Amino acid sequence: MALINVKTREVQIKIVYYGPGRGGKTTNLEYINKKYRDQIKTEMVSLKTQDDRTLFFDFLPFDVGKIKGFDITIQLYTVPGQVKYNATRRLVLRGVDGIVFVADVQKEQRRKNIDSLNQLYENLETYHLDLFKMPLVMQYNKIDLKSSNIPVLPSEIMQKDLNGLLQAPAFEASALKGGNVIPTLKKVITMTLASIQGQL
Amino acid sequence: MFNQSQLDAIDHVIHTHLIQAGLDHVIFMDMAGNTIAKRDNGKSHLDSTAFAALAAGNFAAVDAMAKLVGESEFSLLFHRGEKSSIHFSKVNGDTLLITMFSKDISLGLVRLKVAQTIKEINNILTND
Repeated sequence: MALINVKTREVQIKIVYYGPGRGGKTTNLEYINKKYRDQIKTEMVSLKTQDDRTLFFDFLPFDVGKIKGFDITIQLYTVPGQVKYNATRRLVLRGVDGIVFVADVQKEQRRKNIDSLNQLYENLETYHLDLFKMPLVMQYNKIDLKSSNIPVLPSEIMQKDLNGLLQAPAFEASALKGGNVIPTLKKVITMTLASIQGQL
Repeated sequence: MFNQSQLDAIDHVIHTHLIQAGLDHVIFMDMAGNTIAKRDNGKSHLDSTAFAALAAGNFAAVDAMAKLVGESEFSLLFHRGEKSSIHFSKVNGDTLLITMFSKDISLGLVRLKVAQTIKEINNILTND
């Protein structure tokens, strides 16, 4: 839940990038960190394993200006994608306000995307949160692999697999090259701010 | 959510019990990693946003470890460094109090002051 501080007139919002392992969650944050370096006051924090995979989370806070006199700080988190780290994923989801689900469009990752989304639904339930009511943006990442002749799933299949019921806004993206990383971020911020606006 | 008078009272308690006792930094935060109140002695800089995110993760991980060994919780954590140390304490189910202090301050004093502060914060939160 967003923290609204009436004394300092600050709002802190938590957005979590969720999805299967090696899907590009950290790459999204790295691109944002590079792109908006001037507006980000602190270093990105990454808790990772020796082989550079996310162990606990990545963390990137940045300010987006004022709304109704409140300074808004967005805190971006990723979760570790590897199957064995579900306990950690659940911990990072505590207090989440908005979610970007980063799916991998490679054909061979199809099952992993679906499993990860199902687990997200279950993990949110442990905090009495409903994925269907949560600000959510779908990102179909690694679309650039198509040009390298790697088999990828068309967006229609991705939509059917993951977004048939949820009907969340969806973007084809290439986190590595930055394609649609910022539109994804802007969309999730807009949706999350709209969801808390009544509380301000 | 906290109202203005609660936040003022919490800020006052942190200042009088902890900062005036010689502690360097104090962060009162929620378990999601959001800072609710912070105070420092004005002598050293700390990236408190990143610190709070890491502290929440650390506390959550240790809490999960407690469950694995059959404890309901480890309500207190302490990391000792060469020059400064960090003390974590649970205030209630949703919030944490983190204090940082130099080697000139004894852990006993910190624990005493933190216990007092937590009691008063809980009073502030339940009375309003």
